[in-house]
Amino acid sequence: MSRLLDHVATLGRSGLEVLQAMGRATIMLGMALFGRSSSHGSMPSLVVKQIYAVGVLSLIIITVSGVFIGMVLGLQGYNILVRYGTEQSVGQMVALSLVRELGPVVTALLFAGRAGSALTAEIGLMKATEQLSSLEMIGVDPLKRIIAPRFWAGFISMPLLACIFSMVGIFGGSMVGVDWLGIYEGSFWGNMQQSVDFWNDVVDGLIKSVMFGFVVTWIAVFQGYDAVPTSEGISRATTRTVVYASLAVLGLDFILTAVMFGDL
Amino acid sequence: MNQENESFIEIRGLTFMRGDRVIFDNIDMDIPRGKVTGIMGPSGTGKTTLLRLIGAQLRPDAGKIFVDGRCVSTMGRDELFRVRSRMGMLFQSGALFTDITVFENVAFPLRVHTRLSEQMIHDIVLMKLQAVGLRGASQLMPAELSGGMSRRVALARAISLDPDFIMYDEPFVGQDPIAMGVLVNLLRKLNNALNLTSVIVSHDLSETASIADYLYLLADGHVIAGGTPDELQSSEDPKVRQFMNGIPDGPVPFHYPADDYAKELLGERP
Repeated sequence: MSRLLDHVATLGRSGLEVLQAMGRATIMLGMALFGRSSSHGSMPSLVVKQIYAVGVLSLIIITVSGVFIGMVLGLQGYNILVRYGTEQSVGQMVALSLVRELGPVVTALLFAGRAGSALTAEIGLMKATEQLSSLEMIGVDPLKRIIAPRFWAGFISMPLLACIFSMVGIFGGSMVGVDWLGIYEGSFWGNMQQSVDFWNDVVDGLIKSVMFGFVVTWIAVFQGYDAVPTSEGISRATTRTVVYASLAVLGLDFILTAVMFGDL
Repeated sequence: MNQENESFIEIRGLTFMRGDRVIFDNIDMDIPRGKVTGIMGPSGTGKTTLLRLIGAQLRPDAGKIFVDGRCVSTMGRDELFRVRSRMGMLFQSGALFTDITVFENVAFPLRVHTRLSEQMIHDIVLMKLQAVGLRGASQLMPAELSGGMSRRVALARAISLDPDFIMYDEPFVGQDPIAMGVLVNLLRKLNNALNLTSVIVSHDLSETASIADYLYLLADGHVIAGGTPDELQSSEDPKVRQFMNGIPDGPVPFHYPADDYAKELLGERP
């Protein structure tokens, strides 16, 4: 009986810890974005510098993955559709899968691994080496100077990266479908144009990636800021960023898909 | 209001705990304005914690800390950042920003808190770096510096805004004898020239005693003594004598609290 109670107590404690962490994360973000203290520097230039670090430097992994995923989609789609003689619809299939799902989701997963982990490690190390403390003592709020620009950079970069991912993916699909397998170019692009709706598909995909950008970057900066300032603590925080961000993206994707496309 | 004899920092009834461990137990302290005050004590007595409490990076569990007449322990975040811009702090590790050069590190407080021209910032930074002997290292990155050099750059950064008050956390650690002599002189000269109030946390008894106007000894969460270096040197208190003469064991234990040694070695393992 007492062991059962111990388990219940442990469960309750971890539940409380999760709630406390969420509270701390919300307070951190609120103070970083809406706090009255100054960043003591031009926010746009701080954000641009971070967009380079998290966005531009992620371009290679995003474009290479995008091309390959588009090519695989083209190949798989052709193999299935050709059995029914509808291989002309490969363009439509590639575009819809990318714009609605794979673009936002795979970009967010890659972004969490490439940029999210880097953000967490960078902020965690700044904490461990007392750089955040020394900013505070210089009279500069690290939430404004360090956290806010990184958050905005991730939030802005993610939808742009997702768009680029979808575009190069479609290009990869056309390379395989049109140039290699010989689907008629006019029907490949024509079918795509006819079936992809700007508001229902492109904008909904964009909304998804905006939400993912918010969640992934929030998790990454919070894990860094909240990390235990030791080597082990930073290692755990970096792992948590990738795991939590990936799970959050996949869970959120289901909810958003259900709302957008599930007629709920 | 700001009279010469007034304390710059007043600590009243300060209690601070980490978990169940009491770090400070209802201590009172006065840091005189315009003087160099040394805070000394065995490792783990919370000297660095005291500096963080004065800088309000930590909040006390009880008691109040007044900096220049204003209570920092209850101050709002925005006001605190304004007050801190008049404080300098030299961290034990240096805590330089690793993504910018030595020059930019020292220029950082000037860039964020002043609207000085680039030429003026350039001149001030070089003067501060010259004072710590590292003008030639201005274009190096922090990763290229040794520990002692990093701390000297951090000192240049801490004084770049000519603050009213500076806290030094172990400024002499890792310095060679030449740099040590220069630093000791520099700290004293800075204090006299700028009429600063300085607090030095250090283990280096002779160096600290040679420049401090006033010394506090901390042990076991209490202030065990306070006075001029000469007063402490001639103190009859066994705790003070033990520390000032570096005697390994006495009223202030060398060992962290533990079970009986023989019992732990010979006893059964749990």
